Amino acid sequence: MSLTDLTLAEARKKLRAREVSARELTEAHLRAIEALQPKLNAFITLTPELALAQAKAADERLARGEALPLDGLPLAIKDLFCTEGVRTTAASRMLENFIPPYESTVTAKLKAAGAVFLGKTNLDEFAMGSSNITSAFGPAVSPWQRPDDPRPLTPGGSSGGSAAAVAARLALGATGTDTGGSIRQPAAFCGIAGIKPTYGRCSRYGIVAFASSLDQAGPMARTVEDCAILLEVMAGFDPKDSTSAEEPVPPFAEALKRSVRGLRIGIPKEYRVEGMPPEILALWEKGAAWLETAGAEIREVSLPHTPHALPTYYIVAPAECSSNLARYDGVRYGLRVPAEDLTEMYEKTRAAGFGAEVKRRILIGTYVLSAGYYDAYYLRAQKVRSLILRDFTEAFREVDALLTPTAPSAAFPLGEKMDDPVTMYLNDVFTVPASLAGLPALSVPCGTDAQGLPLGLQVIGRPFDEEGIIAVGRALEESAGFAARPALAAQE
Amino acid sequence: MSLDFETVRRIAHLARIRVEDDELPKLAAELNTILGWVEQLAALDVAEIPPLTGPVSMALRMREDVIDDGGIPEKVLANAPERLGDYFVVPKVVE
Repeated sequence: MSLTDLTLAEARKKLRAREVSARELTEAHLRAIEALQPKLNAFITLTPELALAQAKAADERLARGEALPLDGLPLAIKDLFCTEGVRTTAASRMLENFIPPYESTVTAKLKAAGAVFLGKTNLDEFAMGSSNITSAFGPAVSPWQRPDDPRPLTPGGSSGGSAAAVAARLALGATGTDTGGSIRQPAAFCGIAGIKPTYGRCSRYGIVAFASSLDQAGPMARTVEDCAILLEVMAGFDPKDSTSAEEPVPPFAEALKRSVRGLRIGIPKEYRVEGMPPEILALWEKGAAWLETAGAEIREVSLPHTPHALPTYYIVAPAECSSNLARYDGVRYGLRVPAEDLTEMYEKTRAAGFGAEVKRRILIGTYVLSAGYYDAYYLRAQKVRSLILRDFTEAFREVDALLTPTAPSAAFPLGEKMDDPVTMYLNDVFTVPASLAGLPALSVPCGTDAQGLPLGLQVIGRPFDEEGIIAVGRALEESAGFAARPALAAQE
Repeated sequence: MSLDFETVRRIAHLARIRVEDDELPKLAAELNTILGWVEQLAALDVAEIPPLTGPVSMALRMREDVIDDGGIPEKVLANAPERLGDYFVVPKVVE
């Protein structure tokens, strides 16, 4: 088997058995990137020198028998995580030349665990989008293709570059961030696994902020096991993040061995939305049947406020974004457009530095927070958010986890769904509710549509029960036996 | 509820984003599409419902009020578009 086809768990075993060196593994991935980056645009910045230096240090530790948890494993880092000395752009012109003087907590933990950083992956600008189309560096492209249609497909978003890189075997795993579905939807579109942990599980310190009550970092990889291994390193209390949870980090990979026998799995009936492709409905039913065969009990549950989740999200997230992005003023870092006076400098800088979708969200957020409209929009949305959380809390009295599709469609061609902003927002219909409620959720590839494109199922769990969703995700993965390969994948 | 051009201009100024006159029609239409869609929340009765500000109910932690970092002006200023000594430079604000 080629080195780029190994799972992260397999590669770790081979490194520790000294069957392969971190250098060989890293070089194989760098060659794969060299071959496919021109087609996939999965990375905004490549860090081959850093990667080889990290691989060298890992090899030295491995030779001494002092292997760290992720020693020598090549990863891709979403370009939303600040990396000390390595340009961090958030896919925005605003931060095109920003070189952070510090490291995000999550990437610092990965580095300290011996991981090798191949580069910074593409995303929607400031993580605002579901297709990568809003990246100021051009969108990442999915490695998947339809047999009869040459149009390039979206890898999803916002963590589309990470998903494309992992699916195309350019990295063993990647970091993503998820505000309304930005880990799960691209994972589903690219046929990989991804976990959005419970809000507070991973530190937000050093992650370029979008919507602070929703943003959460998580792992993306080709198997649930690989995600579990990465999450164990990424998670944990951090005093530098005021909303970081003081919860112990369990050995997540141990949960893979758990049986789903006796678990009660809820099927939320409100997720049967109009116009859902029959293939996705069929896969969802198949997923439930697999879990039933494995000994779980399937129950229909109701989350009555589900239809209100998306509009709630598209008030709360823009409100928080308008506040967070106020920091980009051309004074301390980032783009500056010179002007005669301060106000003009702010206005010209922000007009030039932000793309169209980011501006729309800032303006919507500014409006819903403005005097006279705050109660009608923002306060009302926060109240509906309470109702959405209450729905989940009540459902989790009856069931242990929820099973839903991850996205309402397979990947679509880049540039589609651009008629109006709301058409794109509907992509997040199944992922946004768990985000609003802060719940852990994962996407696992479970099948393909008639054109061979991957489809994912989502498992949503109770707060801080990542172990539960990992166990259910692993059971689905085992039954699905997803083995499809994208058209564009590393050859060695 | 529909935003007119004057309101869009006012919001853009509040957000400190320059919007040119020829951008207004398209931008207003897009914002109105979004606002028209989120308007559906108005149909819900939420009078008795408390607002949720964050997904996890946790009390914010307190810490000792002591300085635990600082003294790194070079790092702080490293990305400054314009600096003078240890200061950020902005256009003149006081006449």
